[in-house]
This record gives sequence, C-alpha cells and structure tokens, in this order.
Amino acid sequence: MRGPGPEARMGVGGCWPRLPALPLSSPPLYRPRAPREVVGHFTEEETEAGERPPGPFALPRKKLRRRKRPRARARWPACTSRSCIALPSRGSRSRRHAVREPIARPPAAHSRRLLSARRRRAWGAAAAPEAGREPARAGPAVPGSRCRGGSRASVGEGAGGGNDIQWCFSQVKGAVDDDVAEADIISTVEFNHSGELLATGDKGGRVVIFQQEQENKTQTHSRGEYNVYSTFQSHEPEFDYLKSLEIEEKINKIRWLPQKNAAQFLLSTNDKTIKLWKISERDKRPEGYNLKEEDGRYRDPTTVTTLRVPVFRPMDLMVEASPRRIFANAHTYHINSISINSDYETYLSADDLRINLWHLEITDRSFNIVDIKPANMEELTEVITAAEFHPNSCNTFVYSSSKGTIRLCDMRASALCDRHSKLFEEPEDPSNRSFFSEIISSISDVKFSHSGRYMMTRDYLSVKIWDLNMENRPVETYQVHEYLRSKLCSLYENDCIFDKFECCWNGSDSVVMTGSYNNFFRMFDRNTKRDITLEASRENNKPRTVLKPRKVCASGKRKKDEISVDSLDFNKKILHTAWHPKENIIAVATTNNLYIFQDKVN
Amino acid sequence: MLCKGVKRKREEEEEQEPASQDWWLEEASSSPSPQAEASPAPLPPSSLFNLSIFKLHHGLRRGEPDLRHLVLVVNTLRRIQSSMALEPSAPEPPSPAPVSPLPVVPDAPMCTSVSTLLDDLSHIEGLSDTQTAFPEDAPLSRPPEPGLDPGRPAPLGSLEILLEDGLEGLFDDIDTSMYDCELWPNLKTDSGETEDKTQGPGLDVSELDYLMDVLVGTQTL
Repeated sequence: MRGPGPEARMGVGGCWPRLPALPLSSPPLYRPRAPREVVGHFTEEETEAGERPPGPFALPRKKLRRRKRPRARARWPACTSRSCIALPSRGSRSRRHAVREPIARPPAAHSRRLLSARRRRAWGAAAAPEAGREPARAGPAVPGSRCRGGSRASVGEGAGGGNDIQWCFSQVKGAVDDDVAEADIISTVEFNHSGELLATGDKGGRVVIFQQEQENKTQTHSRGEYNVYSTFQSHEPEFDYLKSLEIEEKINKIRWLPQKNAAQFLLSTNDKTIKLWKISERDKRPEGYNLKEEDGRYRDPTTVTTLRVPVFRPMDLMVEASPRRIFANAHTYHINSISINSDYETYLSADDLRINLWHLEITDRSFNIVDIKPANMEELTEVITAAEFHPNSCNTFVYSSSKGTIRLCDMRASALCDRHSKLFEEPEDPSNRSFFSEIISSISDVKFSHSGRYMMTRDYLSVKIWDLNMENRPVETYQVHEYLRSKLCSLYENDCIFDKFECCWNGSDSVVMTGSYNNFFRMFDRNTKRDITLEASRENNKPRTVLKPRKVCASGKRKKDEISVDSLDFNKKILHTAWHPKENIIAVATTNNLYIFQDKVN
Repeated sequence: MLCKGVKRKREEEEEQEPASQDWWLEEASSSPSPQAEASPAPLPPSSLFNLSIFKLHHGLRRGEPDLRHLVLVVNTLRRIQSSMALEPSAPEPPSPAPVSPLPVVPDAPMCTSVSTLLDDLSHIEGLSDTQTAFPEDAPLSRPPEPGLDPGRPAPLGSLEILLEDGLEGLFDDIDTSMYDCELWPNLKTDSGETEDKTQGPGLDVSELDYLMDVLVGTQTL
C-alpha cells in the first residue's frame, strides 16, 4: 500500500498529509488464513447461487458495494480476531449497530448489563426496557462537531457551590496497610466527559478504570458507586540503550476522548511515550461455526455435512483494552502534560522544554509548536511545567513555566509559537521575597474553566484564577496553606517544596479544589468566598458520614480539634484530585488510595 | 519530617549532625526578608548554599535528572550566591560546617560536574573566568570568605576535602577518547600546574568533558 509521498512532510503551514484512499483492489493482509466464516453481515440477495458469501476482509471491496449499508472504512489495522466484526469506525455513529438485531436479552440481574442501555441511549436508538430506570440527568450530549464555539459549561443537578455542600464519604479504593508499594502510588486521576468512568494511573504503569453503577430504586439516597471496570498495563519500563537510562513506566497523565461510538478512548502517557487506548465491551460472541469447534480447533471440511449460520449469543461482559496508537520518540525530556484539542482530532504533549502537536490518527510525525530550549544549555533558567488547550478555541493553548508565568499562544499566528500572544504574570510581592520565591512561584498545574473564560494555576502555596482578558494579575487568589510560608527552608531541605499539586474546577466553575499535606484537601467557593479543608482518611469511613472540616493552627494556642503545623505529616500529600463534570462527586488520591466523596443527597 | 524545633545557640550550629532538621526549622523561623524584625540571628546563606549544592549533586547523580528540579535549585543557588556576594560581613562558619551537610563521599564525577556548573555560574555572573574550579591555594582550614572573592564559591573547600583522595584511579577504566574536545583549553594548562597541590585532584579535560557530555548528552536532540 502506498504511503504518504515525500511532499507530506512536517513543515511550516501545518498541513497534515492526506491519508491515501484505500485502493479498492488491495490484497488482504498477507497472512495465511483458514477459510473464513462469515458472521451475520450478509443478506441473501447479495450472494449468488453457490457462491461463497463475502467475508468482512477477504474479498475485493467492489463486491461489498452490493451491500445496502455503507461500510465504514477502516482507518487503522482491522481487528484480527476472526470473530470480531466490530471494526472501529471514526466519525459519525455507524449505522451497523443500529441495524443489528438485539439478541436474546441478557439477564438483567447483573448490574453491568445496564451498559447496553447506556450504549443505546448514547446512540439514540429505541429505548431499552432499562431506560425507564435511567436517571433523568441532563447533560449536554457530547458534540461531534469540530471546534465548538459554544460553551461547554454543563449545569447538571446539584453541580454548584452556592449553598454549602456537605461532603460525605462514599468509597475508598486501594490497599489498607501503611506499607505502600512503590508501584501502587497513584500518579493521575481523571473523570471522563460524562463522569461515568474514572481512570487512575499509577507508578507501576497500570491504568485502572472505575465505572459508576447506574442508580436504581434501592439506592435513591446516593449516587452510583464506582467499581472496577477495567485494568490494564499501559506502559512498561523501558531502557534507553543510547543513554543507558531507564524510562519510568509511571503514568503521568490520562486524558479521555469524548465518546463517539460504543468504545471509550483515552490517552495515557509516561515520560516519553503517549498511547491511545481503546476500551471496548464485548457481551456477545458468535457461536456455531461450521469449520471451527467451540474450543477453536478446526474441523476437517470433509466431515461437514450440513451448514449452519453462526449466531451471536450473550456472554459474560468482557472489557477489553487495546492500544490503538503509540506516539513515541518525539520527546527528549519528560512529558508533563497532554491535552486534547476541542476539534477532537489533535492533541498536544508538553515536556520540560518543548510542546508538540499530534494528530490522533498519525503516529509517525508531530509538529513542534513551542521550543524554549536555549542554544546553550548553561543559559537554561526556565522550564515548561504544564500546558493545556483552550476548551472552545481550537487554536489557543496555554503553557505555564517554572518561573510562575503563563503564556497563551495562538497557533494561527505562526507555526512555531515561541512568541506568546499573552503573558500572564503577577509581579512579585516584595514583602514576601525570599530565596525560595521562585520555587514557590513555579506553577505545577494549569486548568481552564469549563466556560473557557478563566484559567486556574496552582503554585506551591496558592491557587490563582486568571481572567484571560487580564494579564497583569489574577482576578482571584486563594491561599492553600499559607502557614507553610515560614517553613519553606525545611520544606526545601526535605524536597517537599518541589511537590507538584494539581487543581480542578467543578462542573459549573463555581468551586475549585486542590490538595495539601496530611491528606488534607481544600475547596474554595468563588461565589461565597468560603473555603473548607477536609481530610481523606479511612477513619470515619462509613458511607454517608459527613466529613468534618479540619483546621490547621499556624501559631499560638492550638484550639481543640485543630492540628498544629508541626504535627502535619508531609509524607501524606494529596497531589491529584478530580471533580465529576456534572455532579458533586470528587475523587481524591492519597499516596496509594483513591477516595470518592459525594455531596449529601437527601 | 518536620520535628519540633529546639532553640539552638549560634555556636552549637557548628557541631551539629548533618542530618539534623532542627537547624533548618530554626533557620526557617528566621526569615531572610528584611522585615524579619522578630527573628533572631539572620539566616546564614552559606548553609543554604551547601544544601543547594548537595541537592544539585544529588539531582545530577540520578540516571535521568529532573530538569525542573535542577533548574529551580540552580536558580536558588544563584540567588544565594548573589546575596552572599552582597554581604561582605557574612558570618564565616568554620570549615567543618560546610562539610557537615554533605554526606559520605559522593561520587567524584558529580563533584566535578557540580564544580563545572559552579564554574558556569561564575561565568554567567560575569566574574573572573580564569579561576577554574579547582586551583585553590588556601589550605582547607581557612574559612572561605565570600567577601574576598565573590567569584569563587565559598564551600569549594569542602568539595576539595572529598576530592583529595586521588581520583585518577576511578577513571582508569573509562575511555574518554571520544569525548575530547576543546571546550576548556585553559584547563589543560592549569591542571598541569596543580600537580603539587594536595587538594587538586588533577582532573583532566577529558574527564570534565565526559561529565559535561553526560550532563548535556541527555539534552541533545
């Protein structure tokens, strides 16, 4: 098959090479194959008398044109499993799912069967019987259009911080014992766009996805619980032979793609390589092959006396994760961020000195859009710490630096966005100057609000909210743990001052949340200007126990129930938090445990 | 991590354990800002300097250094250095003090790379560049006086204690012929002159280049 020609090079102007059309007469993949069985896809009028019905892969395409249904062109390697006909299809919802007749309804006892209902709901097909039990939760459908100009702010029920929310313990996942295995340390947490799935990555390179159970009548007082949906090894430790260095398999970031078909897609990255994973469900399998026994052995064709049509039968739900794209060898330094563009076709990956733009379909090339590496490494004084695309403008992204600045860049201005369009920087407070001013001003996370109007940055001691229209100072600043300012020297000595905390918005952009030490996490309500400190701990872990607000006593006499600064455990840090995009459900990661809290539902 | 601080007198600092955290806590309470009117003794920047050197050293020792961490530490080092340069009356901790924060013999290559980096720092500061990292005439017992020579980082004396145990043997098996380059030609002449020095380890240009390559090698594309 012809690949892209020499003109399709990475270059100025940002022209993506056009993928060649699949030649209609291309031979099948060169692989010895046993005669294929066809499952389900043909109708009688398509086959001539005595002729073997066309299989999904084997025959020239022009015969398939006789099909009445248009076939989605496979863009990436077709699944080689003989029984799988679920070709991944991009773009609009494939009609083949709607056409296929539902088989004998699986027993409804298993709560996971409700996924079929969820899927049908997403596809807009006729409602399944379970549809009546689905919560009437309004959420904007994931738009399939490119470059949405509208706001993505979803005001779901209860997603707001106006009234005081009472947070209750819901669940905790992870090992109980204090001995933390290094591989179990959670390194990233992310909800998907609907909030139904929650992904975590750990230092051992594994991704664990939790799925929210659908609400049912017996549990009206709480939202669905999150249970393990899929676990897979995303990255393995690698060895760079050229530099004699080991590449850690720790998952630095996970980002979900919006759902376009039955499968879920996410990007996960370690220090050097980004992978696109497809998570798909399989709850049916074909049975009744003529040439193959049930255990997979082939039968002698001469022993076949009658023919039958294989049919789908229900099976236990199986969730498969397969890597669909591997984006490697583009980063010399450690990747710290990935961010999917609002066009849902491209994404950026940022390391310490460079930011690259990728197309989700193309793995062998990427565009470098930011490069702050100095010609002479001795002059290096600043590194990139985080980067994110604007949620609505597909040409805009920001990146933060270790010096506390944020640069907003417009990709329309030039191919290489070394010159920023806007520079956000707050002048240093002279009264707070110290040797550590720069370290504590280093931004560890930057997140756009859902509306796209604001962005939030997290430095060591505070959370700042910036209006994109004002560059000289943030519009709001919230102190996370100001009592640590006098302890900076000790924190420098034990390296805690280099900890990178993340921050997140709630669905309506009214409350922001971030983590702290001693397994505390903080929330700031932007409207009421109230803040609260809560603790993630296994004590008081009965479900629906309301969390008690905590308070740190900076100096002076310690009141009852307060904890003094010197008693804080700096080994227990909450670096990663996530907020459900529509509801008041939060996921908070301690070192090796994942806590899920919900607001009190009456 | 942070334990309750014990109030210490100034002279006790000189004999403390390297791993003590109380000292840092004490120093933390005495903020270096000019408005620390309630603070006791001003923060001795040389101790922070030593700590930063140690961190740099530790960070470089790792297989693949964390660039953000290194850059932040180096920038902090520069700040401290510039503030030390501005303080001619800075207190002079005697020689054991600079040594104490540094643990058991670190790898010699890293000391060199640190010194190379300090060399670079001093280059950047625009000060005399003929002073290479190692030729220091003064005996180690003399406390470093930052006021005297702002270009020479103070605790080099401590580094040289650690380097004095003849390092040539460590490099016997390393073939550095690929890494010869002309980056620091002046060092060739200098190292030739320092053979008689007890503390000069007589580091070769090739060793420096190899180490610089290790540093820079991870960063070349």
